[in-house]
Amino acid sequence: MLPFVPVAVEIDNLVVRYGEKTAVDGLGLTVAAGTVTAVLGPNGAGKTTTVETCEGFRRPDSGSVRVLGLDPLADHDELMPRIGVMLQEGGAWSGVRAVEMLRYVATLHTHPLDVPALVERLDLGSCGRTPYRRLSGGQKQRLSFALAIVGRPEIAFLDEPTTGLDPHGRREIWQLIRDLRNDGVTVVLTTHAMDEAEQLSDQVHVVSAGKVIASGTPDSLTEHHTKSLEDVFLELTAPKRETR
Amino acid sequence: MSSAATYAPRPGSAPWPRKVLAHTRMEFKLLVRNGEQLLLALVIPLGLLLLLGGTGLGERLPLGSGRPIDEAVPRVLALAILSSSFTSLAIATGFERRYGVIKRLGASPLSRTGLLAGKIGAVLIVEVIQLVVLIGTGFALGWKPIGGFEAVFGVVLTVLCGTAAFASLGLLMAGVLRAEATLAAANLLYLLLLVGGAIMTPVDEYPAGLQGVVRLLPSAALANGIANSTVEGVIPWAAALSLALWAGVLGYLVSRTFRWD
Repeated sequence: MLPFVPVAVEIDNLVVRYGEKTAVDGLGLTVAAGTVTAVLGPNGAGKTTTVETCEGFRRPDSGSVRVLGLDPLADHDELMPRIGVMLQEGGAWSGVRAVEMLRYVATLHTHPLDVPALVERLDLGSCGRTPYRRLSGGQKQRLSFALAIVGRPEIAFLDEPTTGLDPHGRREIWQLIRDLRNDGVTVVLTTHAMDEAEQLSDQVHVVSAGKVIASGTPDSLTEHHTKSLEDVFLELTAPKRETR
Repeated sequence: MSSAATYAPRPGSAPWPRKVLAHTRMEFKLLVRNGEQLLLALVIPLGLLLLLGGTGLGERLPLGSGRPIDEAVPRVLALAILSSSFTSLAIATGFERRYGVIKRLGASPLSRTGLLAGKIGAVLIVEVIQLVVLIGTGFALGWKPIGGFEAVFGVVLTVLCGTAAFASLGLLMAGVLRAEATLAAANLLYLLLLVGGAIMTPVDEYPAGLQGVVRLLPSAALANGIANSTVEGVIPWAAALSLALWAGVLGYLVSRTFRWD
């Protein structure tokens, strides 16, 4: 008998439209608690819309989304303290200082992480008093990551967490994601970086044209690493060509 | 640092008052650092008061039938309240939406009521500073308000109702327009109300055909309410009611159009 694994995110037949355009078209997936799950897909596949629906920013046209058993829209105020969100870009006042922003978000939670320790871990000390608008891309990315986890969430939604980071920065973020999972945090990450998904994920969902077209562990998707996840992704998402 | 003990989930929302206080403090600090907002909140009203009350310009303009400084102070106070509760708030909130700040806060334990309460809290702090500076300057220029308790109560009542009405208008604008459009529209409306909204000129000075319309504007209620309090020493119930009605309608529209992204 398989052990019972609680479900952290459950998406069933989700449809989200922007006017005439269908961004998510009957997508379904589940995320087991305490795992790292990667959502992969080409640009415009519906990854960010799906994640933003989980975060309560988009209203489904049909289908259902439950995060920690809650409806992200109807149970917004109950759910938000329990999740952490890393936005793809922005998310801070242009004039706010990096550590000031982190302290402010920490204040909104009951048991936040120790801010100085987080600043040190994410190497934000050197830019702690720098206004957000003057931070480099990598510094903004690390601050955004810190803002997502400072409240000690049960689930962290990370949208392209290593975009713009140098190789050292990427490795540090990867290790931090592993530490989060080891401590019981469920991580949902959307990424274009195949090596990132392969290295970190317990489960991968490949999304294309608003649907999940493949799911599995990195090991199963790569047929026990006989091919790379990038090859698998390219095969799955290649534009269909008409044959005579 | 032991990671095993560090990141284990322990989520929870801070008590509502603490969140509101934190947000108020943050908004206020950012406003103080923003030169353009300070210009709107203090420099323009203060400069106008000095011009009207200290140079004799007030005697040439249709401020009202009393002494120029007595007529100028309440009207400049109204202008200051308009600038902080409407123009500054609308522009700041519009750009918060543009920079993803509203979205980030939407994914935090700060609820919608917490966000709005924090914003209003910061506006009220700015208004207290504006009132202290402008009233102090007014006294220095020879301002002699009439009425004791009624004048003070009337000013406070009108300021609170006016803040509710104009803050609702600012938040509505920032919720439905793009940041750049909010910037342009908020500044334009500020100038239009300054000139044509009975802020600096009493309604009676407008052409007879316009007076009925101008009298209904929240800007007229704000300026006349404060002027009636300090020039005549009465509690301006009609102005307060008008502003409360504006606040109710605009606040309802804000609640219908508010979005986190």
